[in-house]
Amino acid sequence: MSSTSQPNDKANARLVSRLVLVVVGMFGFGFALVPLYDVFCEITGLNGKTNDEAVQVVAIEADLDRQVRVQFMTRNAKGVSWPFESQLSTIKVNPGVMTQVDFVVENTTNKPVVAQAIPSVSPGLGAQYLRKLECFCFNQQPLKPGERKVMPMQFYIAPDMPKEIGTLTLAYTLYDITEHDNNPSAEVAMAK
Amino acid sequence: MSSVTEQTLDNESHHDHHHAPKGIMRWLLTTNHKDIGTLYLIFAFSMFLVGGAMAMVIRAELFQPGLQLVEPNFFNQMTTVHGLIMVFGAVMPAFTGLANWMIPMMIGAPDMALPRMNNWSFWILPFAFAILLASLFMEGGGPAFGWTFYAPLSTTYSNDSTALFVFAVHIMGISSIMGAINVIVTIVNLRAPGMTWMKLPLFVWTWLITAFLLIAVMPVLAGVVTMVLTDKYFGTSFFDAAGGGDPVLFQHIFWFFGHPEVYIMILPSFGIVSAIIPAFARKPLFGYASMVYATASIAGLSFIVWAHHMFTTGMPLFGELFFMYCTMLIAVPTGVKVFNWVATMWRGAMTFEVPMLFALAFVILFTIGGFSGLMLAITPVDFQYHDTYFVVAHFHYVLVSGAIFSIYAAAYYWLPKWTGYMFDEFLAKAHFWCSLVSVNILFFPMHFLGLAGMPRRIPDYALQFADVNQIVSIGGFAFGLSQLIFLAVVVKAARGGEKAAAKPWEGAEGLEWTVPSPAPYHTFETPPAIK
Amino acid sequence: MDLKNIGLPWLAAVATFPSDAKDMPLNLSQGVTNISEQVYDLHMTIFYICCIIGFIVFGAMFYSIVRHRKSRGVKPANFHESTKVEILWTAIPFLILIGMAIPATKTLIAMENSDDAELTIQVTGSQWKWHYKYFEHDLEFYSVLATPKKQIENKLAKGDNYLLEVDRPLVIPTNTKVRFLMTSDDVIHSWWVPEFAVKKDANPGFINEAWTNVPKAGIYRGQCAELCGKDHGFMPVVVIAKEQADFDAWLAEQVAKQKAKQEEEQRLLAMQLPEQELMELGKRTYDQFCAACHQPNGQGLPGMFPALAGSEMVTKDADGHIDIVLYGKTGTAMAGYGKQLSLKELAAVVTYERNAWGNDTGELIQAADVQARKNAAE
Repeated sequence: MSSTSQPNDKANARLVSRLVLVVVGMFGFGFALVPLYDVFCEITGLNGKTNDEAVQVVAIEADLDRQVRVQFMTRNAKGVSWPFESQLSTIKVNPGVMTQVDFVVENTTNKPVVAQAIPSVSPGLGAQYLRKLECFCFNQQPLKPGERKVMPMQFYIAPDMPKEIGTLTLAYTLYDITEHDNNPSAEVAMAK
Repeated sequence: MSSVTEQTLDNESHHDHHHAPKGIMRWLLTTNHKDIGTLYLIFAFSMFLVGGAMAMVIRAELFQPGLQLVEPNFFNQMTTVHGLIMVFGAVMPAFTGLANWMIPMMIGAPDMALPRMNNWSFWILPFAFAILLASLFMEGGGPAFGWTFYAPLSTTYSNDSTALFVFAVHIMGISSIMGAINVIVTIVNLRAPGMTWMKLPLFVWTWLITAFLLIAVMPVLAGVVTMVLTDKYFGTSFFDAAGGGDPVLFQHIFWFFGHPEVYIMILPSFGIVSAIIPAFARKPLFGYASMVYATASIAGLSFIVWAHHMFTTGMPLFGELFFMYCTMLIAVPTGVKVFNWVATMWRGAMTFEVPMLFALAFVILFTIGGFSGLMLAITPVDFQYHDTYFVVAHFHYVLVSGAIFSIYAAAYYWLPKWTGYMFDEFLAKAHFWCSLVSVNILFFPMHFLGLAGMPRRIPDYALQFADVNQIVSIGGFAFGLSQLIFLAVVVKAARGGEKAAAKPWEGAEGLEWTVPSPAPYHTFETPPAIK
Repeated sequence: MDLKNIGLPWLAAVATFPSDAKDMPLNLSQGVTNISEQVYDLHMTIFYICCIIGFIVFGAMFYSIVRHRKSRGVKPANFHESTKVEILWTAIPFLILIGMAIPATKTLIAMENSDDAELTIQVTGSQWKWHYKYFEHDLEFYSVLATPKKQIENKLAKGDNYLLEVDRPLVIPTNTKVRFLMTSDDVIHSWWVPEFAVKKDANPGFINEAWTNVPKAGIYRGQCAELCGKDHGFMPVVVIAKEQADFDAWLAEQVAKQKAKQEEEQRLLAMQLPEQELMELGKRTYDQFCAACHQPNGQGLPGMFPALAGSEMVTKDADGHIDIVLYGKTGTAMAGYGKQLSLKELAAVVTYERNAWGNDTGELIQAADVQARKNAAE
């Protein structure tokens, strides 16, 4: 092998370095799937996440012939004792008409806390048609001890939402991220 | 990296030729592809017994309704570690062992292209599994979240053995990646002159494609276990809704690795069976070219079907349809393979030595696994089958009576070449028939359990499932015991017996049969002439 | 051609195989809903197609094994290629697949249309129980495995519905489109009732939906289908379908009962229970709800579930202790029991934990203390 190995060694080294590049690339690709997934979900409503930034207000024509039922669900994550409720449980809206719903949260503990509401829409396909102009879920919500906060949520249903969707459920799960918030290494993931 | 490799190559060739160390050091330091192949195969079989022992615990607990032997938490550890060991410790190393032994001999190369790396890629494996097995003795036990380690069960809700699990998986991944790189470089650069691509034995082709799958998806597995680790210990929120993550994302990344992974465990089998059936039918393989293309297209399709493992996670309709259609498409190239094997047998002159028996059983039982796979692909029905024993039956048909039977076929086919002796045919036939009967008693009734509604991964079940579970368990114990016969066959053949000719099988083709049996320590130091 | 009818004799033939299998059907259930019947038909269609293909392929193979063997003195042929044949057996399976995909697509589209549901039920999984909330009505409750521990431990004879029975089943009206919104408090669970052909994952932080329309009153049983930790095998689903009128009556009764219970609790706030009663009720409650993780001896499972015996939290911080029992603990398997247990049970279980296994704090926690934590810091 030693006598004939010279040309092979070069070829081997070249091929190995290429393959190692593929390996490194695929390792990176694994992580790239995280933002890719978010983009994909945003386009398709794959996981029922709604927009996490306010949409631009544009002139839209209301569709007064159609009514969509929107249900609001509020849930507390584990360990969260603060009452969190929607003032309305169900509402019928015309697509294209701006609607405001108030949510109330109250910090019944004697410590300052930070809350984060995570929205989820079902059916997931409807998520992209539920456009929010204002939502408490866009930001973390710091709450002083005993503070009661009325949080408005403004939205409209895009008139081009498929006709098959007659009911949208918007669920908010309220998480206690007080500790997370103090943890700088979590900032990156939290930035969303 | 590349310069290091060159250097080690030079050093190695000198060492090997002149004074090979003796005793244990020979095995620790060996860079010989045959030695390393042997090590891989012995390791894989030991792990097969360890993982099998865990399966025996599972089947013993499920022998009767009620909790008799183990706690639910330990039961979950058994299913988890059984899966991990069988996938990463038994099937994959066994294939790598076969690749090490046979690929250089099949393509007329003196050794693997990167012998030093070959040594590393084997010797880190025992450490990985030592870590994994040691984690079972930690406080709270080892990993108990299934081999698929879905978040958040594996992150927020697992104990600290998860850190060891992640570390072990990293080492297994590095080992597989190094092994795969070695295979690719060997096949691309070390083929004997005249060994053109379309003359390669199918085992070499299927392994080449497998190796590309490995380097494409093992890093993704490494990525996803890293995310599990950082989610659990370093405050990231990849899979935690509270921090803007999504637990379903875990499943997407995992199955992006996981689906190609299951083909990693079956493509080399296709190669083995494509070598054995022509040999014992005394007739060339039907449709060589279409076999190559079918393998490549199965590999390609494996990247766009992953979400068929996740139909119940709540996907929009178009997603379900897309993944259903793509999955169904896989049946086409797989069908081509099965048809080609049958066409190879057609009007041949068959004899039924043990390798052929295992290969024939492979074709039938793997096809049954393929049928249940096709049924599982149909989304609306998958809602009923998903996470039941129907799925357990399906993947054990393709992995046990598929992959493992093909490994046995390969072992019996090449054992005379490895040991220089013919194996005890009576014992080997006993091994085959015992395995064949028991594997079906073990896995076939699982289809019925699943259809009747028994979920998988449960330590106890409703009374209606009791009788069938008992049958399954009996089949399980019988299958477990039958594997000890194989151990006896190999030990006996290694010690002596009837001398094997260079080509002990009349119809066998390929360069490996042109060297004497047992194969000398160094083969093809000067490349053979290829017709 | 009706495949269902051809299926029966064949199934009867197979059914004799494990002759002592009592009551276990050997095939997928047809279920009771229109969707589940469609799913069953699809299952049978594909099964038969597989059988036919299997018959042809294995038939050719066995014919070859019998006829084309060396011992019969045959000379092997040498053909190894035929483009025509190879194209044919690529194209034919492809066409068969299209034939399968069409009915599958139709069924899937029907399954995914959850619109116009008249009743919405919020299904929440947690380790290891289900919680049901009637979205349009003021009713919610937990549904927990009702099989006694002694049966699981083989100390008592097992009942007919062993592991498939719960304390409070979900009740739905018949002939009504009911929509389920699934979510989870901790890990991923999967809500499955085979008779409805409904299986949907409950993902923490997200909602998923499924629906059913049951035409026939009856009791339908299922199980959690996604590995969710230690007691994954012990969280069954039981659904009772009642005629609309019966359902309405049941609903009114339950709503009234739930209200009465809450009022009763408030009325009892001033009551001081004696130690013995608190400890007895506490032990019962503990064994039923807490012992699965923290173990009957309060030692927990090291590395998985913390010990309560000698725990700092349990022996010292009474308020913290009550809070954690009420609301659970973020980032751990500890769930909140504030909604599941009555004030009295909560008080009793906390008292029990603070005085059992050598935690002799001597403190008694009363319902009023628990209520105080509920309105804390106002």
